[in-house]
Amino acid sequence: MDPHEDQLLWMYETMLVIRDFEERMVNIYLEGKLPPDIQRGLAFDIAGGPVPGEMHLAAGQEPVAVGVCAHLRDDDTVVGTHRPHHFAIAKGVPLDRLAAELFGKATGLSRGKGGHMHLFDPEHNFSCSGIEGASLPPATGAALAYKKLDRDSVAVAFFGEGAANQGTFHEALNLAGLWQLPVVFICEDNRWAISVPKDKSTAIASNADRAASYGMPGVAVDHNDAVEVFRAAGDAIARARAGGGPTLIEVQTDRYLGHFQGDAEVYRPKGEPDELRGHDPIPTLAASLRGQGVLDDAREQEISSRASERVTAAYEFARESPLPDPSEALEHVFV
Amino acid sequence: MAVATKERTLTMAQAISEAIGQEMERDERVFVMGEDIGSYGGIFSATSGLLDRFGPGRIMDTPISEAGFIGAAIGAAAQGMRPIAELMFVDFFGVCMDQIYNHLAKNTYMSDGNVRLPVVITTAIGGGYGDAAQHSQCLYGTFAHMPGLKVVVPSNAYDAKGLMIEAIRDDNPVMFFFHKGIMGLPWMSYFEGSTNAVPDEEYTVPFGEAAIVRQGNDVTIVTLSQMVQKALVAAEQLDADGISVEVVDLRTLVPLDRDAVAASVAKTGRLLIADEDYRSFGLSGEICAIVAERLDRITMKAPVKRLAVPDVPIPYSRPLELSVIPQVDHITAAVRDLANAGS
Repeated sequence: MDPHEDQLLWMYETMLVIRDFEERMVNIYLEGKLPPDIQRGLAFDIAGGPVPGEMHLAAGQEPVAVGVCAHLRDDDTVVGTHRPHHFAIAKGVPLDRLAAELFGKATGLSRGKGGHMHLFDPEHNFSCSGIEGASLPPATGAALAYKKLDRDSVAVAFFGEGAANQGTFHEALNLAGLWQLPVVFICEDNRWAISVPKDKSTAIASNADRAASYGMPGVAVDHNDAVEVFRAAGDAIARARAGGGPTLIEVQTDRYLGHFQGDAEVYRPKGEPDELRGHDPIPTLAASLRGQGVLDDAREQEISSRASERVTAAYEFARESPLPDPSEALEHVFV
Repeated sequence: MAVATKERTLTMAQAISEAIGQEMERDERVFVMGEDIGSYGGIFSATSGLLDRFGPGRIMDTPISEAGFIGAAIGAAAQGMRPIAELMFVDFFGVCMDQIYNHLAKNTYMSDGNVRLPVVITTAIGGGYGDAAQHSQCLYGTFAHMPGLKVVVPSNAYDAKGLMIEAIRDDNPVMFFFHKGIMGLPWMSYFEGSTNAVPDEEYTVPFGEAAIVRQGNDVTIVTLSQMVQKALVAAEQLDADGISVEVVDLRTLVPLDRDAVAASVAKTGRLLIADEDYRSFGLSGEICAIVAERLDRITMKAPVKRLAVPDVPIPYSRPLELSVIPQVDHITAAVRDLANAGS
C-alpha cells in the first residue's frame, strides 16, 4: 500500500519534529555537564544539568517511527526501547509533557518519576523500557488482550538488532506465532548494539529470516526510507487487524549519534556518521514529495517553521515548569 | 470474617482453585496463563478443574516461556484484563525476573500511578520433600525487598481463598506464594492444620493484617506459610510443659503488619522468628528491625532468636535437608531456650 498525500505530509513533518527535538537535546543535555560547571578534574558529569542521567537519541532513525505509526490509532499499543523519543512523538505523545518528563518536571508524563527511558502515556497506549528486549512480551500481551476482547487494535513492539538475541525476542515471537496474535515486531537494525556490530552479535545476517522459526512472515526493509517502511508496516498492520496474525519486520536504519550522549564512539569507523548523513531520509522524502508536487517552497517553509515552533514550545514549557516536591517520591508505588 | 455455612473443609489447593474459579465467574476479564495449568490443573493443583469450567481461552497452557507469558500478562493488564500467571516453582524466577521486578513492579510508579497492572503471579514455594536446591526455595524475602510487588503467603486453606480473592481484585501486582507442603496434595506429606473450614461464598482476607493464630504470654513466634503449622504443633507440645506460646501468622509481607509484631513482642518480651527462607539479608532480619526500632517501647527479656535456612542452598539428602529447614523440634528447642533465658 502507498501513502496518501496527508500521510506523506504527516510523516515529513513528524520526522522534522523528531530530528529537531533530538538534535536540540544534544546541546540541552550537555548543559551543566561540562567544565567549568562540574567537579574539578572531570571532563564530563553525567549527573549534572537539567537533564541528568543517560540520553539515547534517535536522529537518523525517524523513518522507522513514522513509517509504522502512520498506520496506528490511539487505541493501538506501541512499546518502545531505551531510545524512545521518535516512537513517542510519532505515536502522538504530547511533545510538551514528553520534554517536561526528560527535565524531571512535575508537568512531565509521570511528574518526573520515569524519565527518558520510562515514558508512559496510557491515553496513546505508549510505553517504553530501558531493558533490551523487554518490549516484546508486553506488546504480545496487549495483542493477546485485543484478541480476547475481539478488538481490531494492534500492538507494535520496537526493539534493536541487539535485542533480537535476547530470550524475550524468541519467547514473544513464539507465543505470537503460536496464538496468532495481532502484534507486529519491528526490529530497528542500526547495526550497532552500543559498540558491538551486528556481524559480531548475530549468527545470521537478517533477523527477517528468523520469522520462519516462529510461524510468521519476515520482511526485510533494506533502506532507511519512510515510504518503504510505510509499505511494509502497512501490510503487516492490516494483516494483524484482519486477524491474520503477527509479522516480523527488520528495517535497516542509521544511528547518527552515539549509543548514548557522551559516547565517544571510539569503536565506530571514522567518518561513518557523516557518511550516513549523506543519505538523510528527511531531504530524501522532501525531494520525493517535491517530485510528486506535494511539496513546494512555500509549503516546505510552512511545515518546517511549524515543526521548529512545536519543538521550541515544548522545550520552553519544560524549562519553565516546576520540579516535583521531594515528598512525591514516596507516592504511587501502588494505586 | 466469613463463617463456614456448613462444616466443609478444603485443602489449600482446593481453596485456591475455588477462589480463582469464583472470581472468573464474577469477572470475565480474569484469565490464567501458565505451564500445565490446563488439563493438568497445575502441577500443585492450584488450577484444578478450571479448564473444564472455563475452557482453553481463559485457562491457557503456555510454552516454557516465563519471560514471554509473564511479560504478556503485563501487557494484557495494561489493556484492562486481569491475568493470573503461574510461575511453576518460585525457583524459576531467574528466567523472568526482569519482567517482574523491572516492569511489573515498577511501571505503576514510573507512570506516576497512571498505569495499573492488576496481575497476580502465583507460585509454588518450599522444601522438605527432597527436591533439592533449585526446586525448594521460598524467596518471598527477595520479592518483598523490591518495591512495587505485594507479597502474599498463606498458611491455610481459609486464608488462601480469601487472600486469593483479594489478590485478584487488587489493581496492583500481587505475588501469591503457596507452599507445596501445605497444599494438601495426595502425593506429598503435609501438615493437616492447613486443611480447614472454608466458606462456600466469596470473601476476602485483607492484606497487611497478621493473624494471631494462637494466643500466648511467654514467647512470640513470628512466622508464615508452612512454618505456621510447624509452630502450632510445637506450641501444643510446649503448652504441656507450661510454656505459653503466641503464634503470629504474618499472612502478607507486603504490606507487612509491623504493629501486630510489635504488640505481641511487647507483651511477651521474647521473640522467635521461624522462617523457611534464607537467614541473612531477608525476612527474619526485617522482623528483628521492627523490634530494634522500638526498643524504647519494647522491653526484651531475651535477645531475638531466628530460625531460618542457614545461608546454604537446600541440600538433597534427607538428614541434610531436615537439618537446614527448621523443623518442629528446632522450634521447641529454641522456645525453651528463650523461656529459660534471662527472666
